[in-house]
Amino acid sequence: MKLKTLMMGTALSLAFAAPAFADKADDTLRLAFLKELESVDNYFNSAREGILISRAVWDGLLFRDPETGEFKGNLATEWTWIDDVTVEFKLREDVKFHNGEPFNADDVVYTVNYVTDPENGVKVSANVNWMKSAEKIDDYTVRINLVAPFPPAEEYLAGPVVMYPDEYYAEVGPTGMATAPIGTGPYKVDRVEPGQLYELSKYEDYHDSPKGEAQIGKIEVKTIPDMNTQVAELFNGGLDFLWNVPADQAEKLAEMDDRFDVVNAQAIRVGYISMDAAGAVDPDGPMTDPKVRQAIYHAIDRQAIVDALVKGSSEVVNAGCAPIQFGCDLSVTTYDYDPEKAKALLAEAGYPDGFEIDFYAYRDRPYAEALMGFLNEVGIKTNFNYLKYAALREKREKKEVPISFQTWGSYSLADVSAITGEFFTGGPLDDAMDPEVIEWVKTAGATTDRAERKELYSKAHAKIADEAYWVPLWTYNVNYVLTKELEFDPTDDELVRFADFSWK
Amino acid sequence: MAVFILKRLGLALLVALTVSFISFSLLFLAGDPAVAIAGENATAVDIALINERFGFDRPMIVQYGDWLGSAITGDLGNSWYFDMSVTELIGDRLKITMKLGIYSITLALLVAIPLGVAAAANPNSLIDRFALFLSVVGQAIPSFWFGLILIVIFSINLGLVPASGNESWRNFVLPTVVLGYYATPAIMRLTRAGMMEVLSSDYIRTARAKGLGTGKVMFKHALRNAIIPVVSLAAVQMGFMLGGSIVVETVFALHGAGYLAWESISRNDLPTMQALILIFSTFYILFTFLADVLNAWLDPRLRVG
Repeated sequence: MKLKTLMMGTALSLAFAAPAFADKADDTLRLAFLKELESVDNYFNSAREGILISRAVWDGLLFRDPETGEFKGNLATEWTWIDDVTVEFKLREDVKFHNGEPFNADDVVYTVNYVTDPENGVKVSANVNWMKSAEKIDDYTVRINLVAPFPPAEEYLAGPVVMYPDEYYAEVGPTGMATAPIGTGPYKVDRVEPGQLYELSKYEDYHDSPKGEAQIGKIEVKTIPDMNTQVAELFNGGLDFLWNVPADQAEKLAEMDDRFDVVNAQAIRVGYISMDAAGAVDPDGPMTDPKVRQAIYHAIDRQAIVDALVKGSSEVVNAGCAPIQFGCDLSVTTYDYDPEKAKALLAEAGYPDGFEIDFYAYRDRPYAEALMGFLNEVGIKTNFNYLKYAALREKREKKEVPISFQTWGSYSLADVSAITGEFFTGGPLDDAMDPEVIEWVKTAGATTDRAERKELYSKAHAKIADEAYWVPLWTYNVNYVLTKELEFDPTDDELVRFADFSWK
Repeated sequence: MAVFILKRLGLALLVALTVSFISFSLLFLAGDPAVAIAGENATAVDIALINERFGFDRPMIVQYGDWLGSAITGDLGNSWYFDMSVTELIGDRLKITMKLGIYSITLALLVAIPLGVAAAANPNSLIDRFALFLSVVGQAIPSFWFGLILIVIFSINLGLVPASGNESWRNFVLPTVVLGYYATPAIMRLTRAGMMEVLSSDYIRTARAKGLGTGKVMFKHALRNAIIPVVSLAAVQMGFMLGGSIVVETVFALHGAGYLAWESISRNDLPTMQALILIFSTFYILFTFLADVLNAWLDPRLRVG
């Protein structure tokens, strides 16, 4: 009897000691990242999770409306291209950083000059190395000088290039910014435990930005590396919002519980198969024959994989880019799923019995296995090599990968230069090395005339498809699971904007 | 005893050094660290810059020498991933893992030793069968699955304890049970076997014949001898727990050193990995050393050699 009483008492005291769980009542939105974030400092982070925090804490000079794709002023009120390599900005005069420091031309000059200095080792140099410097015209007018004409400049100024407070950053540097970030954004950071926990609260003095002011008072972001544990926390009220939930789990959650909404949106990430068309891996290898590459294209039922595995709002793409990206021309030669034709093409290429080849992948193992299943059916026997991204990339750069399943997220940039410009300009990841394509893509990357760029990218995508240098597969999608109390409308660029959340 | 301790210490240091060298070499085979630092969307330019900044182009042995030199002075370098001091990074996380390890081994010993003694005292009884069942199940269940089941029951259905985090002692309840359960079967079986053997020995028969009470025979005479291998095993288990904590820390989102080790491998964060391997192996070696000393104290015959 005594033992029973003791157990009851313990259970009750434990139950009463339970913390207050997240809900509308305490105006705190709790969400989790799967991945430990390396740094909150925008310029020393390459993970998408960091991008989400960055968009909440800092602002860029511009803002891209996710609905219309139109650029609007954010920290700048207007901007004028003086020439191909100079753009002048008029700045807002009513903006203060979270620490009270007023925002002006000095901050822009400091930020741009700091991040473009290679000595400072900004993590994703492509985000900033198109700028040469910034100069102050007066307190609220500033010019950014470009290294060369750079058409997607506005996209970058509305995205990864955010403005830092010059005095504060000069004092604390990246390490200080990572633990006590200061920006002008709709949320200010109250607490950072590196890699583990981030607490944000609404910035009451936020300027009249097209981003819109924060609706929810507090945001708490934890790192929970296991999706099952995240789901458990969602069930017991410890989390309100899950992000990147695998399709099968999202489906189950949608079916089994009426407390949650499952929302799906397309992501900017696309999958593709890259093949050793240039013969760098094996000059006489089967991949150098366009017929073999076309056979591989015909052999794979991409729609079936999307329907069975990728699911959500993903769609098959015929060019290697995300449909929302500027310059992504999907009206190229297409190759239907036709295994017989694939076999015929292989026979024509001199492989009537198929061949054996090393097939590489680094993520989404089930998708890779499905792809290999289709290849095996037409006689292409694949030896599967599943590696960490770093290892695979190294092998690919060393030209040891004849065929691989890859994906690319374009840093969420809605411009095709972030993908085609990365893989078809003769760099170490260019498996095609087609001089004509390289020329078009390079020219498109340095031309400011939008119509001309579009035309050049179209030509490049058309040739990439005709020659079957890549087998573009599908766009990815993201499943968001949220409590019924929460209002959230995702966008197709996979950027969860904290200021867009509200309670119902 | 002093000579014994000194000899063991010297050996321990040598082992730690060897482990650090082997792990350093192995880690360098795990893919280009520059790519891992640069992240999945990195361009070739980023990677080239990183190679230059971190000096990865130097021979491995030179890099090891540099690292060891700094490590001896207490400087374990900066984490490539977090860009902060490794010592600072590991400090808090190690506390969590040690806390979890100590709670778990304590729980395991508290359950396993009495159960093992009881099973040995009553062979083939209900309690013996229960102990056997527990140990078979304990070894068969994967800890991540066991962890999730406990979360479903105690966190979701009963709402008694949180499913993740490390804010209070309540967060440690489930992970302690999972990790403790993982160590219980081996300790219990060894206690049982040791006790069975000792109980059938002549001196116990003599003690019983002298009319000593069961409690005195069991705990004063038998357990002291039966426990010697258990001490060594518990030390080894404590070392294993550092490894086992990787899974448990991942499931319960306890941001401890085990989880950090796992993540650092996948991020190719060499300075963190190397520091953790050094620390883990030092702990492992330290536990084994302490077990040796404790055993030598329990059984003076072991002091030779």
